[in-house]
Amino acid sequence: MLGYIVKRIIYVTPVALGVSVVCFLLVHLAPGDPLTSVLPIDATAEQQAQMRAIYGFDRPLIVQYGLWLWKVLHADLGNSIASGRPVLSEVSRAVVNSLILAAVATLIGFTFGSLFGFVAGYFRNSPLDKAASALSVFGVSVPHYWLGMVLVIVFSVQLNWLPATGAGPGGSDHWRPDAEHLRYIILPAITMSVIPMGIIARTVRALVADILAQEFVQALRAKGLSEWGVFKHVVRNAAPTALAVMGLQLGYLLGGSILIETVFSWPGTGFLLNAAIFQRDLPLLQGTILVLAMFFVVLNLIVDVLQTALDPRIQRG
Amino acid sequence: MSAIADSPPVVVLAQAGKGYWASVWSRLIKDKVAMTALAVILVIVLAAIFAPYIAPADPFKGSMLRRLKPIGFPGYPLGGDELGRDMLTRLIYGGRLSIFMGVLPVLCAFVVGSSIGIFAGYVGGWINTLLMRIIDVFFAFPSVLLAIALSGALGAGILNSIVSLTIVFVPQIARVAEAVTTQIRTRDYVEAARVSGAGAFTIVRMHVLGNVLGPIFVFSTSLISVSMILAAGLSFLGLGVKPPEAEWGLMLNTLRTAIYSQPLVAALPGLMIFMVSISFNLFSDGLRSAMEVKQ
Repeated sequence: MLGYIVKRIIYVTPVALGVSVVCFLLVHLAPGDPLTSVLPIDATAEQQAQMRAIYGFDRPLIVQYGLWLWKVLHADLGNSIASGRPVLSEVSRAVVNSLILAAVATLIGFTFGSLFGFVAGYFRNSPLDKAASALSVFGVSVPHYWLGMVLVIVFSVQLNWLPATGAGPGGSDHWRPDAEHLRYIILPAITMSVIPMGIIARTVRALVADILAQEFVQALRAKGLSEWGVFKHVVRNAAPTALAVMGLQLGYLLGGSILIETVFSWPGTGFLLNAAIFQRDLPLLQGTILVLAMFFVVLNLIVDVLQTALDPRIQRG
Repeated sequence: MSAIADSPPVVVLAQAGKGYWASVWSRLIKDKVAMTALAVILVIVLAAIFAPYIAPADPFKGSMLRRLKPIGFPGYPLGGDELGRDMLTRLIYGGRLSIFMGVLPVLCAFVVGSSIGIFAGYVGGWINTLLMRIIDVFFAFPSVLLAIALSGALGAGILNSIVSLTIVFVPQIARVAEAVTTQIRTRDYVEAARVSGAGAFTIVRMHVLGNVLGPIFVFSTSLISVSMILAAGLSFLGLGVKPPEAEWGLMLNTLRTAIYSQPLVAALPGLMIFMVSISFNLFSDGLRSAMEVKQ
């Protein structure tokens, strides 16, 4: 097991380096002199020269990358142009809110997705199965930012049950698990949960149908095990893959939350990215994306290792 | 989606007397869901192409006196937008940019991605490993994040949005193409062609392309739905089309403030995105089952 973990980490390192290269190049992808993107427009020539030296823009690209990576490894993602504060502190504040939202959404999506998936897998080709497949097609086809708007129209504008935007009363930007804040997370979390719900329902349906068709299930039934007992076996066999899909979905949601966070003015990384893009705050853009992508890489690694630990049948080299 | 990468579909070639594509079509035409989806796509695409002839009004001309009119208001069958322009007209015209910007990235990625994938799969060895490791790096970014990162850095605009989405889809298509090609390459008939002295180009053209393009094509059609949602999403964020152009994502954004006065009108552009996206998804599912006939 330990050997496997080490092997996975060795494998992930070049990917992580590649991710850092892509993030580094983002600033250079921007049209024009990269300097103009890290400086306010009204900077004097002197400030420009100073900045050029700090960022090393006068050196070859590979040297710049090395310098940048060195700083990143020492937890220095530069300063935001708009606020002047360190990018890392801005991102870490926002990432907590995003994580909470993504985690709640994944939990909702996983609960209902596995429920629908189990029912559909057990009763294949029944109306319930058809409904579950319709739900998964809906989940992957609906523009989630539009779904968010529709939910706001129904539950905030028409029924006036739930708040339309924000993370808490009075523009609170720290979500806490109390009754007041809970009302604010319901709509964005439900909106976000639709994608993983569809994907998990589809996965679990296929898994359950596959497991039920296997001979050991027949053997369990033949030896007189109750349907409940068989069900427990099915759950145990489906769990590793379903949990792995759930873990990856959490990563996708965290990275893809920008549109939903914009609709609901949720103070997370998506909101931060939106601000970074429109203020042309490239260090903030670069830092946020690096943090989110690295999170995804690490999450992938954890999911992979956990899946192997949970399911001894998986032998990976 | 990864299911395809793992097990490329078994394609049965030519049933008695019929070409492969003819038999796929004859199966597809019996699939009611896929045919309905195709009909919806065709109606919306044709309406967009012939917009100047069928749209009741000018998509850019509005009247500040008739802002945000409800559905069914005289002269405004689907209501009026925040600048008093006819919604029906703008939804019809909106299909032009929305569908163009959703489909084109997948087309470009199909060409680039399958070239990379087939090349990598065919040459094999360390070149394949290197290319696939580079592809892995792009898989470390969730699609939405990568699309927004790229177009955020490049800046707003139609071309930048198309370029960003193409870069998002190239790795996905390349990975599928590589998996299928690697499998085909080791088949006996390819081996036989090689032994009999056929050059690499001939083998790829004669034996690989015919077997590889089908699965890649199906996979690519399944990406159009995602691409539509992402392209409109970029415009929704202000990263794609700029006002006053008619495009569904942008229209959804500019109508966001209207959810309190005309909620139904404000939701219409999103409904269009949803209809096209789900139609492409259902058609792609139908195409997949029509093409993948397990032996």
